[in-house]
Amino acid sequence: MRFGRWTRAGVALLAGPVMFAAGPVKLLNVSYDPTRELYQDINAAFTRQWKAKTGVDVEISQSHGGSGKQARSVIDGLQADVVTLALAYDIDSIAEHAHLLPANWQTRLPNNSSPYTSTVVFLVRHGNPKHIKDWDDLVRPGVSVIAPNPKSSGGARWAYLAAWGYALKKSGGDDKKAQEFVTRLYRNVPVLDSGARGSTTTFAQRGIGDVLLDWENEAFLALKELGQDKVEVVTPSISILAEPPVAVVDRVAARHGTTQLAKAYLEFLYTPEGQEIAARHYYRPRSPEIAAKYASHFAKVQLFTIDEVFGGWQKAQKRHFDDGGVFDQIYAPK
Amino acid sequence: MSTSFKRPSILPGFWPAFSYTVLYLSLIVLIPLSAVFLKSVTSSWSHLWKVVTEPEVVASYRLSFGASLVAGAISVLIGFLVAWVLVRYQFPGKALADALVDLPFALPTAVAGIALTSLYTENGWLGRYLLPLGIKVAFTPLGVIVALTFIGLPFVVRSVQPVLADADAELEEAAASLGANRWQVFRLVIFPVVRPALLTGFALAFARALGEYGSVIFIAGNMPMKTEITPLLIVTRLEQYDYAGATAIAAVMLITSFLLLLAINALERRTRRFMVAG
Repeated sequence: MRFGRWTRAGVALLAGPVMFAAGPVKLLNVSYDPTRELYQDINAAFTRQWKAKTGVDVEISQSHGGSGKQARSVIDGLQADVVTLALAYDIDSIAEHAHLLPANWQTRLPNNSSPYTSTVVFLVRHGNPKHIKDWDDLVRPGVSVIAPNPKSSGGARWAYLAAWGYALKKSGGDDKKAQEFVTRLYRNVPVLDSGARGSTTTFAQRGIGDVLLDWENEAFLALKELGQDKVEVVTPSISILAEPPVAVVDRVAARHGTTQLAKAYLEFLYTPEGQEIAARHYYRPRSPEIAAKYASHFAKVQLFTIDEVFGGWQKAQKRHFDDGGVFDQIYAPK
Repeated sequence: MSTSFKRPSILPGFWPAFSYTVLYLSLIVLIPLSAVFLKSVTSSWSHLWKVVTEPEVVASYRLSFGASLVAGAISVLIGFLVAWVLVRYQFPGKALADALVDLPFALPTAVAGIALTSLYTENGWLGRYLLPLGIKVAFTPLGVIVALTFIGLPFVVRSVQPVLADADAELEEAAASLGANRWQVFRLVIFPVVRPALLTGFALAFARALGEYGSVIFIAGNMPMKTEITPLLIVTRLEQYDYAGATAIAAVMLITSFLLLLAINALERRTRRFMVAG
């Protein structure tokens, strides 16, 4: 009896891979923290469309986590067919350290390979008791700001750069003033969580802080989950155009024989259907038609890009977030 | 040399047992640890030295080793008390209390961290009463100690409990009937018996606290120079793709912990020998 069970298990184990091979084609999308809900919808829509077009079943798995951590997993061998991360720097790192895709990956798809964009906004308590309207209000004494550590969180890097860009614009390009502003801002941060979701929990569940610096889409998600009687979204006058990029991981996809599928999957994000799903999840769509349709979703805000103000990710990373960089100097002992 | 290496024994099986020990230690302990060192030497020595001596990293050593020592010491005090109560007294719900001691072993440490943080923040159940007293626990080094004590306590209780259970209460009675006061009974009769076990418990709690990550990052607040633990800096380094830097910090922790554990073990052996001889 016992023996029979083991034999059967053995047969199943041997036959498993064969059975799977005849099953649906598999695709792994390695993404960052707040896109969980977005890609659930995208995957369902794409699977349906691909089946109608080619008759082939696709099974798409998602993996989520801090953007840097996810990129590291891919470098260390996580079999991602496509990556959809928070910032280009992380995909650059995959290209640089593991050579899984060419260095010019960002030119292969339209709009810097970012099918949707987002920005950095403020989430405040209901009724906005501290009257937080714009970046200047965040450095006031007595205002407690919650933001994750930019060294470990992609979203936090966008937030840091948004604050820097604002101060730079306001002072007419004075670098010293910008550094002073950002230093004062982070002096108002009592807890540095390692990721965006952690900060949201600190702010929402534990009731710490007056304002949370967050991705726009994550802020709206928090608003939906916590209710409008708990928190409000405040959009500052100026913020950064956050471009979360996507890419096919060439070497992995080639090994899996999924190159065509992976390409089609990412191109689907640019179709009206994909754009509409993104907009529904509070990502700003690239397509002007869809953007017009969902215009009421997104507050008007003056956006600058990282290339304009910081000369791209590599430079921004080196100057601000590397060890001994500007961010470290904020906490350096005097 | 070889005569003392393998003493004649009436039990067979020295070589299979010894070979298995070496094989096991190599596969599970030595090979992964040597990978840490090999990985860190992929970078230049000057870079590594710079990484492990950065002010932020040095501050984290101070917090990690300091908080782990304090938490280990608290665990020893409270753990001894708990073990004493569980061994020497009968009370309703004793089996339940005994099982509760092991709970920190089983609980995912992140869960413990989140629970402790919710309790001790300024508007948490406990934190709100401590705040008027001027005591802030969450997001301070004190919070780190609280989390580390939480995970360290069972180690002490479980090391001391069997030793206490084996110790004869008659010895204490004899000492008392010979005129020893309570303090003398504790100091001269009970303490020498449990001392090696307390040291073992301390070493375990301390070592566990040093490596602890999950529960601490939630309650620590992770402020550079103030409440960043060393394991967090290792993770941050990894997040920045600085594998060599991360493993260099890990190597510093490893060597220091190893030396400390070696010292504690030596101390423990000495007290044991002293006990047998005495």
